[in-house]
Amino acid sequence: MEKKNNLRAWIYLAPLLILMTVFTFYPIVNAFIISIYKDYQPLANNGAGIITGYTLQNFLFIFKNQLFWISVKNTFVIAFVSVPISIFLSLFISVALKNIPKLKGFFQTIYFLPYVTNAIAVGMAFAFMFHQNYGLFNAILGWFGIDAINWIGGTASWTAQMGALLIYTIWSGLAFKILVFTSGMQNIDKQYYDAAKIDSASKWTVFKRITVPLLSPLILYISITSMIGALKAYNSVVGLFGIQMGAQPYSMMTIVAFVYRYVSGYTDVGYISYASAAAIILFIITVVFSLIQGVVSRKRVHY
Amino acid sequence: MEIKMQGLTKIFTSKNKKEVRAVDNVDLVIPSGKLIGLLGPSGCGKSTTLYLIAGLLRQNDGKIFFGEDEVTETPPEKRGIGLVFQNYALYPHMTVRENILFPLQNLKIEKQEAIQRTVEIAELVGLQEMLDRKPKELSGGQQQRVAIARALVKKPRVLLLDEPLSNLDARLRLQTREEIKRIQRETKITTVFVTHDQEEAMSISDEIVVMKDGVIQQMGEPQQVYDAPLNLFVARFLGNPQINVFDGEIKNKEVLIGGMKVGNTILPDQQVTVGIRPEGFAVDTEKKSPFKFEIDMVETIGRDTTLIIEVESGEGGILDKKTFKAIVDVEHRINPGDMVHFKVKPGKLHLFDLSGSIL
Ligand SMILES: Nc1ncnc2c1ncn2[C@@H]1O[C@H](COP(=O)(O)OP(=O)(O)OP(=O)(O)O)[C@@H](O)[C@H]1O
Ligand SMILES: [Mg+2]
Repeated sequence: MEKKNNLRAWIYLAPLLILMTVFTFYPIVNAFIISIYKDYQPLANNGAGIITGYTLQNFLFIFKNQLFWISVKNTFVIAFVSVPISIFLSLFISVALKNIPKLKGFFQTIYFLPYVTNAIAVGMAFAFMFHQNYGLFNAILGWFGIDAINWIGGTASWTAQMGALLIYTIWSGLAFKILVFTSGMQNIDKQYYDAAKIDSASKWTVFKRITVPLLSPLILYISITSMIGALKAYNSVVGLFGIQMGAQPYSMMTIVAFVYRYVSGYTDVGYISYASAAAIILFIITVVFSLIQGVVSRKRVHY
Repeated sequence: MEIKMQGLTKIFTSKNKKEVRAVDNVDLVIPSGKLIGLLGPSGCGKSTTLYLIAGLLRQNDGKIFFGEDEVTETPPEKRGIGLVFQNYALYPHMTVRENILFPLQNLKIEKQEAIQRTVEIAELVGLQEMLDRKPKELSGGQQQRVAIARALVKKPRVLLLDEPLSNLDARLRLQTREEIKRIQRETKITTVFVTHDQEEAMSISDEIVVMKDGVIQQMGEPQQVYDAPLNLFVARFLGNPQINVFDGEIKNKEVLIGGMKVGNTILPDQQVTVGIRPEGFAVDTEKKSPFKFEIDMVETIGRDTTLIIEVESGEGGILDKKTFKAIVDVEHRINPGDMVHFKVKPGKLHLFDLSGSIL
């Protein structure tokens, strides 16, 4: 009986397992293998490919590559700045939406726009908003008497470019987070809020000691998924800066962009292996961060 | 702290625009230091009344005073009340200690004192061993005591309890009921205890308030309300088994049920509704009373014998059921089929007009 059930379970799972094997496990394993090919030429030998052996030189090549370190730096800044800020902002907006029902209808449209719109198209719209002379952001700064910033123009500083990229990244991630948090908040028993009122808790205390802890499983989920998302940053850069990847070539390079750069040069000897090696490194970084987050938050997540 | 309500009204408007007067023009004074049982059937507005006192709901009309202070417009966090919710609403992510400390921290009580008070209150409710547990690691009764501790620790002016025993099993219910009474006596905090269980209310309260459809029906000491109900609703609501209700009439200063005389009155001739509690009957051993029935069933428990009498429609003018019950002393040794002559004990004959008000 037990065995039969097991078999049945495997049969039910089979389609998913097959799909995952073909599209997830195989590519990962394959990337590992390709990353240690020596002098890989994928198109040679009538498309069968040639290699001259196995090596870890590909990783060394990457570590010696200055562009890779620029990519790592940019990616980490995007991840470590945008994720906490966007989580905090979306929590804050979710609470506001809950407390001011009139805002709800209005905001539902606004915060859903990024969710349903193509990232690159939105990025191009943002690029215009960051324009030094005609852009919305500088216009707003102007109201406060702040000089126009060269966000993404050809001579923009790294800080300004990163600022623009972060603003865009945070904004485009808000929709999904707000959606998750508002629906999570709807599941929190209203009695806790009544009890907190009776217990004379201030609004901030309620947020900090009731809402956030009760949402903590969702906050963990969101922080892991958006950390993974941020480590894969690419679309946003292309949208904002074009394929030049920055106001100056490659100034906003990210790890995924680095991978693409070598993938698109696949005809050159060894390029696919460099790309694979970089992808593997990104994979390891992602896994490590997810594990750290999981362990650190296990102590703080309730239930 | 005395609680005074003046013309308090709360109207809920449902989606189809129908209005529910959950609390309807309530005038009520809850004396300082007393434990009051707020009693009534489901949906009569008990919780709503409690939440109005707490400030969690906003009244449509009327005023609320705590002592001399009017608190009608005071937000709940400033009213200085303790509230125990029906399902406790303990913060699930906090330990018992943190749950109890929470109101003190919000009131910016100095840390050392807050810890001191937490320990003291935990002792009062018998939780000192469990301070580091999470609510879900506690039994229902223990959770309930945490909720009481959390409500009491800030030394509220008023303690409000919303059906706090409804989730407990029968034994724990009885035990916790005594506990609440003891804690209330020790702390002397004015307490309102909501329940729809009349026995619970009668046993725990200094005074009970009976409510129906948002309107206060009667207030008084439990025994007094039981003995002298102001209307048929109160008479029926209190007491188990329920009061027996008959169609009757007054003729020449005599009270008649189905033509049989059950007592005397000074009231003028009229149709009346007669209420007699099961324990209001006495057996007329001389068999002189005309108020007689054939007994259909006999149940004896301990010293009491319950006689169950089936009445054919019309006969005896029984009003709401086809049977009525009389509880008499086991001494009488009555068997099914016996014809028993009843007298009504003095003060046990309740006469209501046809609209249900006491005469
Ligand atoms: N938020 C609300 N919206 C609409 N109607 C409500 C609301 N809360 C209560 N009511 C209505 O008001 C009336 C009184 O409700 P309330 O909760 O005070 O009853 P209760 O006496 O506490 O009943 P129970 O013993 O079942 O808890 C009911 O008819 C109920 O349907
Ligand atoms: Mg209720």
